[in-house]
Amino acid sequence: MPSRVSLLSVAAAFLTACGSSGATASTSPSPTPLSGPISALAAASLTDSFNALGTAFKAANPAVTVKFSFAGTPTLVTQIEQGAPADVFASADTANMDKLKGDGFTTGTSQVFARNKLTIVVAPGNPKGISGLADLAKPGVIYITEGPMVPAGKYALQALAMAGVKVTPKSLETDVKSVVSKIELGEADAGIVYTTDVKAAGSKVQGVPIPDAYNVIATYPIVAVKAGTNSAVANAFIAYVLSAAGQSTLQSFGFLSAS
Amino acid sequence: MALAAVGAAFFIVPLLGLIVRSPWHDAVAALTAPETVEALKLSLVASLSATGVGLILGVPLAWVYARVEFPGRDLLRALTTLPMVLPPVVGGIALLLAFGRRGLLGSWLDSTFGITLPFTTAGVVMAETFVAMPFLILTVEAGLRSMDRRYEEAARTLGASRWRVFTRVTLPLIGPSLFAGAVLCWARALGEFGATITFAGNFPGVTQTMPLAVYLLLETNQEASFILSLVLLLISLLVLVGLRHRWLGSA
Amino acid sequence: MSLEASIRLTLGPLDLDMELTIGEGEVVALLGPNGAGKTTLLRALAGLVPVSSGHVSLDGHVLEDAATGQYVPTERRPIGFVFQDYLLFPHLSVQDNVAFGLRSRGMPRGAATEKAIQWLDRVGLKSYSRAKPGELSGGQRQRVALARALAPDPRLLLLDEPLAALDVTTRAEVRRDLKRHLASFHGIRLVVTHDPLEAVALADRLIVMEQGHLVQTGMPAEVTERPRSPYVADLVGVNLLKGEADHGSVRMPGGQVIAAAGAESGEVFAVIHPRAIAIHRSHPEGSPRNVWRGRASNIELMGNRVRVRIDGEVPLVAEVTPSALKELELVEGGEVWLSFKATDVGVYPA
Repeated sequence: MPSRVSLLSVAAAFLTACGSSGATASTSPSPTPLSGPISALAAASLTDSFNALGTAFKAANPAVTVKFSFAGTPTLVTQIEQGAPADVFASADTANMDKLKGDGFTTGTSQVFARNKLTIVVAPGNPKGISGLADLAKPGVIYITEGPMVPAGKYALQALAMAGVKVTPKSLETDVKSVVSKIELGEADAGIVYTTDVKAAGSKVQGVPIPDAYNVIATYPIVAVKAGTNSAVANAFIAYVLSAAGQSTLQSFGFLSAS
Repeated sequence: MALAAVGAAFFIVPLLGLIVRSPWHDAVAALTAPETVEALKLSLVASLSATGVGLILGVPLAWVYARVEFPGRDLLRALTTLPMVLPPVVGGIALLLAFGRRGLLGSWLDSTFGITLPFTTAGVVMAETFVAMPFLILTVEAGLRSMDRRYEEAARTLGASRWRVFTRVTLPLIGPSLFAGAVLCWARALGEFGATITFAGNFPGVTQTMPLAVYLLLETNQEASFILSLVLLLISLLVLVGLRHRWLGSA
Repeated sequence: MSLEASIRLTLGPLDLDMELTIGEGEVVALLGPNGAGKTTLLRALAGLVPVSSGHVSLDGHVLEDAATGQYVPTERRPIGFVFQDYLLFPHLSVQDNVAFGLRSRGMPRGAATEKAIQWLDRVGLKSYSRAKPGELSGGQRQRVALARALAPDPRLLLLDEPLAALDVTTRAEVRRDLKRHLASFHGIRLVVTHDPLEAVALADRLIVMEQGHLVQTGMPAEVTERPRSPYVADLVGVNLLKGEADHGSVRMPGGQVIAAAGAESGEVFAVIHPRAIAIHRSHPEGSPRNVWRGRASNIELMGNRVRVRIDGEVPLVAEVTPSALKELELVEGGEVWLSFKATDVGVYPA
């Protein structure tokens, strides 16, 4: 666990590394320059934001490489437990994080770095006129969602239950990105994903908000993996994600702040 | 010899791994769980249907490739055999672009008949047929090329129409190739994953075939996934052993 | 009621150009060396090979006419074809094989099977009705093939080397049977063979073919007595020469002149039987007008005779007894003189 001092110094070093344009990166040298590769396994909904974080992290630490692997959170847990090389794990819910911790694959304590909310995703122009969760059960609407083990899928079921809507999805996809793809392709009419996913897909999809009364707040914890081979860089990356710069990046992608 | 042993081990060790790691005491429970039974039933129905479609469409194609000369034949044959080497997911994407709701043909089907193929069992059959039919076509074509065509001439001199020659003489004579082709097609269809999940989606009882179920079980109930994997592996082994004579020599 | 065909086609290296007319009641044998195009001609008559020019008509009905584009497909021609390897369908029983032609023409299963069994009875194979072709001997399969071809009552029966696939011992017996069955068939019968013995035994008329062309046609006796090509001469085993006749002699293209008693004028063939040629170690005296010098290039013992091939100005084959050979102390390469009488030379117009 990095001491607060080094955490702050690292955070300071990257304060202006991303976000506002025109800022120059200040390079107060850290005691030992970080180098080497790490492998970060992150939930699919973190794809675009983490790619951006990785780019910034590398810009400030040229000797470092961060390789990302994005998939549905349960898939990542299975991979880590089966021995896939990983240094950092970012989960889309606490349940999966607890499983990995309970099975003894993590080191240090996990920390929440972002939160997310659900939204309904539809094709641009909302051709089927979906106005809320109840419309998902309308005849002629093809609704798909993530599998129940995927955090988003679990949350979607919760949201629907809270709204009292009974609807059978036509497919249980392996992660949020698959759902978004199928909406983009026009194969399905509506799905439930995170607001960040809709933002990431830009003009290719449209979001229909879910009222807070039925919505679920997803909490995203991040942790270092026990079997990782480069704990210095792993912890540095985690620190960066938690830093003001990292947080600001995440929020620019639509995530809610960690607290 | 050493290299050969390594080669053999490459294939045997994973099989042993499955056998050893599978929790046999839970096997019955895993195999009789409703989700498993549903996936198994769906897999059988879909793969047999895919084989049926493969036979109906594939045998005439094989006949054309083996008997009819026309410009572009080689190109056409290459195109219809492409799914054999294409990554299955790519196949699934191609199917979406053709038969998805906004696909070339799919949009017409949707607007004219209200028929959508993704997320349906029919979609599963299509995905499986797409990847498995080339095996049938190639095997049957080889059989047609190697049969003695003079039997067909003899039948014609006896007054048999072309259709009669085909059904009463040609098909029986290529029986072994037909059978082998159908079995290969069925086995391939049974194991298809990438194209299925991309084109047809994943829903228990409708589109969740055995391979998909195994994949998902890996996240929820690992031991059950091992057992099911073993079942699929055993089926494949049976197919290979049953058809070994074809691989080793003449039909 | 007859078969009339004029067929010209090219298949690979073969250029076929044949005309033939076969009347009802005729058994015609198509004789020729391998590669002559006999099988191709048969297949063309069956419609398995298209003709590039010419026509085929059977009993006045046009089966094919290259000029008008008319073409009756094989399956609608009233023909029966017995293939060289019989080509019995291996997956069907013997009776189903024989019934195949009947079923193809619409006969219901029961009636077809009954008629098939009748035919099998006629060829003496009724007890093998339910057997598979693989269980039968060569001779038996030949009979089934014949029955299969005849069961649908064809107008034209084509047989392609019907005995070639049999071993020598079976051949004679099957040939006798075949002659009997052919005799009882009333349509037009055309047999292809490369075996002159078979041709002579089975046919009323021979058509000799070489390299896609007609060489000679006639009754067997006529063909064998008056061969018109080296091929037939070889088959029959006689010496054949060709030249210009001039009252008692024949002048050959190389300039050699042979004394031949029957030679009048015009282009002629001259036939000399090997038996009529005498071999001498030195220039012979005596009455024979034809005396030629040569070298014994090949000596072949054939039973109780010896055939000696003599090269020289007039290359011929002579036939002597083994004792004569010994007396002459003749060996291969040895110099000899041969002689034959002018009256032993058969002459007929070319």
